[in-house]
Amino acid sequence: MNQGERGLGFYLLAGFFCLFVLFLYGPLSTIVILSFQGPNGGLTFPMNGLSTRWFENLFETQMVGDFAGSFQRSMALGLAVMLVTVIFSFMAGLAFRRRFLGSGIVFYLAIASLIVPSILVSLGIGLLFRLLELDTNWYSSGFGAHLSWTLPFGLLIMFAVFNRFSPAYEEAARDLGATPWQTIRHVVIPILLPSLIGVGLFGFTLSYDEFARTLYTAGSFNTLPLEIYGMTTNVTTPVLYALGTVTTGLSFLVIGIALAAFTLIDRRRRRQGSDAGRGV
Amino acid sequence: MRLARLAPYLQVAPLTVVFLLFLAVPILTIVMVSFWDYDTVRIIPDFVLTNYQELLFSPVTWATYGQTVLFAAITWVITLLVGFPVAYFLAFHVRSATWQTVLFLVCTIPFWTSNVIRMISWIPFLGRNGLLNSALLELRVIDQPLEFLLFSDFAVVLAYVHLYALFMVVPIFNSMMRIDRSLIEAARDAGGSGFQILRSVIIPLCKPGIAIGSIFVVTIVMGDFVTVRLMSGGQSASVGLMMMNAMSLLQYPAAAANAVVLLILVLLTVAAMMRVVDVRKEL
Repeated sequence: MNQGERGLGFYLLAGFFCLFVLFLYGPLSTIVILSFQGPNGGLTFPMNGLSTRWFENLFETQMVGDFAGSFQRSMALGLAVMLVTVIFSFMAGLAFRRRFLGSGIVFYLAIASLIVPSILVSLGIGLLFRLLELDTNWYSSGFGAHLSWTLPFGLLIMFAVFNRFSPAYEEAARDLGATPWQTIRHVVIPILLPSLIGVGLFGFTLSYDEFARTLYTAGSFNTLPLEIYGMTTNVTTPVLYALGTVTTGLSFLVIGIALAAFTLIDRRRRRQGSDAGRGV
Repeated sequence: MRLARLAPYLQVAPLTVVFLLFLAVPILTIVMVSFWDYDTVRIIPDFVLTNYQELLFSPVTWATYGQTVLFAAITWVITLLVGFPVAYFLAFHVRSATWQTVLFLVCTIPFWTSNVIRMISWIPFLGRNGLLNSALLELRVIDQPLEFLLFSDFAVVLAYVHLYALFMVVPIFNSMMRIDRSLIEAARDAGGSGFQILRSVIIPLCKPGIAIGSIFVVTIVMGDFVTVRLMSGGQSASVGLMMMNAMSLLQYPAAAANAVVLLILVLLTVAAMMRVVDVRKEL
């Protein structure tokens, strides 16, 4: 339908789209700019000089609570959640290609985990640990709470991926005498690698930015989003923006790494291409 | 061949265990505790209905639920009105696949950054001395800073739309990309105008995407407390905040009863929306 002249509709929609992008990124860019506020500057414009003082402030622990510690915890948690999300989702994705007893129940558990409000999950896990007289910790209850949020995304992505994945590749591998493990290791995983990286990206970033499910499950040590939330109530200097800039920068870095990996894999595939018909 | 038959169960076991331990059991715990008694220092195993009675006979509860449902409804309408055209533009007006991917990524990247930071980022724009007020004062549109911009219901809804419009864009875009382009051509050949095609072909075929997006947006807003707390500056209420307050007073059974009521409301809403769509077919 899209051949030929661009109509008025196109320009109107394109304008609307640009406004939407501006709406998404505009506010974010203001805090990046304001994080370079001069030493006497405030939380709003105008810029009162230019400095990196607020970034330096970030690393003096006494100023803003435990930024370094919460950052380390969030990184460790994010990486662990990422790894587990990729492995568990991939395995479950394999299972769901066949109908098995209880598949419906597992599927609805995953959907429930997505739609049950996060605060209920947080509250429930917190209560459960309290009744069992266990301490909540970011690496135990917090870890589980994060998985309850990342795994449904991972599973749904794996569904989408396996729906488009032809079983012919595996049959070919089997016909050539590969064991089930060899088929997975040398055929399925390499083909699905970009999707697995995608699941990993979801796992890490959802965990790294997760707030509500962490609230009652993190125990006595804060993760980074909890730390930032605490800062919003008692910090009134641009150090808040500096922290925002740093964490957003890190998120962008992670996304960048994932995208670079996609492109690299794609390029390698194009270069090598298929050797079908070339003989041996 | 025994192992092959067992394989799916072994493969799905780790994921299932996580959902049981960190979703099903906690929710059951909430249900159980909602029937317990409590005093100022501890919670007492019991079977009483007082938590529900106190909750349901309090006008505050009804007002708060009303507020939360209203937030959800307004946010739903706006995200749909914003998300649909954005998805439509990406799906039908962007011609090259590369540009489509790039623009789609531009829309999705903010989703992978921190929500709290994205809320804070409105302060320099909307604040009393913020960019918008300064600009309007400069242009002499107003002669006093607008107070309702930040720390108000307006700011809450704005933040919701900012944070969650994407949840509408992605599923609708996905639905649109699956529409067979020859259907649209056929509609055009049959003399359908652009608007008729949109109304009779595209929108009906997008219903699953709209339903999935709506489920996301509505459930997130109904359970929210961070956005309301930060963006209203403590002036607005939500069910989530109400629960948090009960928790901070150590009234766990009261919070649990509230959680059960909210859960029922959310599940009923989702069940209504699920009638429109079979989620599994959409992946």
